[in-house]
Amino acid sequence: MQGKAIVYKRDHINTDEIIPARYLNTDKEKELAEHAMEDLDKNFLDKIEPGDWVIAGKDFGCGSSREHAVWALRGAGVQGVIADSFARIFYRNCLDNGFLALEIEAATNNINNGDELKIDIDNGKIIDLSQDKKMEFKPLPDFAQKMLDLGGLMNYIKNEYNFD
Amino acid sequence: MGSTITEKILAKHAGRDKVNPGDLITAEIDTIMCHDVTTTPAIDRLETNNINKVKDPGKVVIMPDHFIPNKDIKSAEMVARIRRWAKEQGIEKFYDLGNHGVCHALLPEQGHVTPGSTIVCGDSHTSTHGALGAFSTGIGSTDLAAALATGELWFKVPETILFDINGKMPKGVYSKDIILEIIRQIGVDGALYKAMEFQGEVIDALSVEARMTICNMAIEAGGKSGIINPDQKTIDYVEARTDQDYEIFKSNPDCEYSEVIKIDVSKLEPIVAVPSLPSNGKPASELKNIEIDQAYLGSCTNGRIEDLRIAAEILKGETVADGARMIVVPATTEIWKTANKEGLLDIFMDAGATVSTPTCGACLGGHMGILAAGEKCISSTNRNFVGRMGSPDSEVYLSSPATVAASAITGKITDPREYLD
Repeated sequence: MQGKAIVYKRDHINTDEIIPARYLNTDKEKELAEHAMEDLDKNFLDKIEPGDWVIAGKDFGCGSSREHAVWALRGAGVQGVIADSFARIFYRNCLDNGFLALEIEAATNNINNGDELKIDIDNGKIIDLSQDKKMEFKPLPDFAQKMLDLGGLMNYIKNEYNFD
Repeated sequence: MGSTITEKILAKHAGRDKVNPGDLITAEIDTIMCHDVTTTPAIDRLETNNINKVKDPGKVVIMPDHFIPNKDIKSAEMVARIRRWAKEQGIEKFYDLGNHGVCHALLPEQGHVTPGSTIVCGDSHTSTHGALGAFSTGIGSTDLAAALATGELWFKVPETILFDINGKMPKGVYSKDIILEIIRQIGVDGALYKAMEFQGEVIDALSVEARMTICNMAIEAGGKSGIINPDQKTIDYVEARTDQDYEIFKSNPDCEYSEVIKIDVSKLEPIVAVPSLPSNGKPASELKNIEIDQAYLGSCTNGRIEDLRIAAEILKGETVADGARMIVVPATTEIWKTANKEGLLDIFMDAGATVSTPTCGACLGGHMGILAAGEKCISSTNRNFVGRMGSPDSEVYLSSPATVAASAITGKITDPREYLD
């Protein structure tokens, strides 16, 4: 699915910025989405359209383990995040939800704000249609790929375990 | 080639003789801790996937802490649902109001942390429990659901960075200053995906509680876990609290670390991390012109009895500065009671501070001490991100309990050595 890039030239965007704790009294994706990125960019919800990508620098999603950060982004229509690197728990939460977190070098230099992006998951490529260039994202580990293919961790464990 | 303590614990729980960094394993989980904010989504995951039974209710410990006492109707509904669910599932270890506390202070205090065990919780500061020689890490709610359903979880075996901490601890310098200095040196992603192992004569000399402060903030350097090899102090702490069997693991002298970082504390000063990253550490003595509106003493990082004693010693007979306010939040009910018996609460109240019931509360901008736009808070907590304790236009300065107490007296960021004989 094609979508445009919303670029934040920032490292260490933390989960408090993605969804402030004052809104953690709910876990409903739509309610969380109303406050997505609120403490980072008050105009985020005006910019985002379904299928868009968030682009950032190093260590995206650091801080709290709140999976609400993934749900807030997804609820707001974000298709995935492309960054130089991800904080560990956030990255795991993305995989668990079947939500795309792709790593490329110098993401915010290579992708301009507003660029139209297409992702070729099978061949590991991010295609920037606006700049007419292709970038390879860091391959996902087999295990992560399997979880993404199944749509997340719950489907994965239902595949692997027997529950009465 | 030997193994690190982390590799040994993970190997044992994966049913293997040895694991190496990078191995993908499925490990048995010994203790699954649940708090209010991240547990209801896990219950949702289980129910929508028709997984009706928690694999082993005996492994689960429930400790609502973030928004308790319930801050609003939505928070009340979350905890009410967890109570119903716990009853249905036969989960008996439930620390409800009256026995409550901040989960990372309460879990070890109540004897649920043993050396060599594996612990997960839907909270990033779960790294705290590595201070007792356990593998303990924070996870999200879906992982929590999977752990509840299966009693296991997948992990990539982390590389380990060894922090070798030696020297003579100067007066006014505490374990909080050490971890703030480490994060200053390596950055907030300096230990990304890695286990942080702490050793050295300084670690040996620290109390178990002070060690918890160090492991607690491993996540602020991006670490997967913090861990300390158990010693007699660990054993004494654990034996006083549980009859559970446990197995002690220790790193072999010939194990492989991805890096060894040596820290000499002899010249370390009290550190304050200025907004908006925990890695922005500066000597407190260089920040003395910064006026504060609030001083906050509490949290899973520094809300234990030793922290309250350190702050009370400084505040005894003193007064919180005009124009400033101080909030003291003992981290657990036991700590509250002990502080009361020791007269610490009187010292705080007589100084003009207020003492609240245990809660995570304002540490994460939940309730009980939220900051207005333009306000500054010196805080013994763990994060100073934008908006962390309230308005996105407020500021949080992280420090030791001693620096919090000294700053409350002057109304400005203050080096606590000015108040120590």
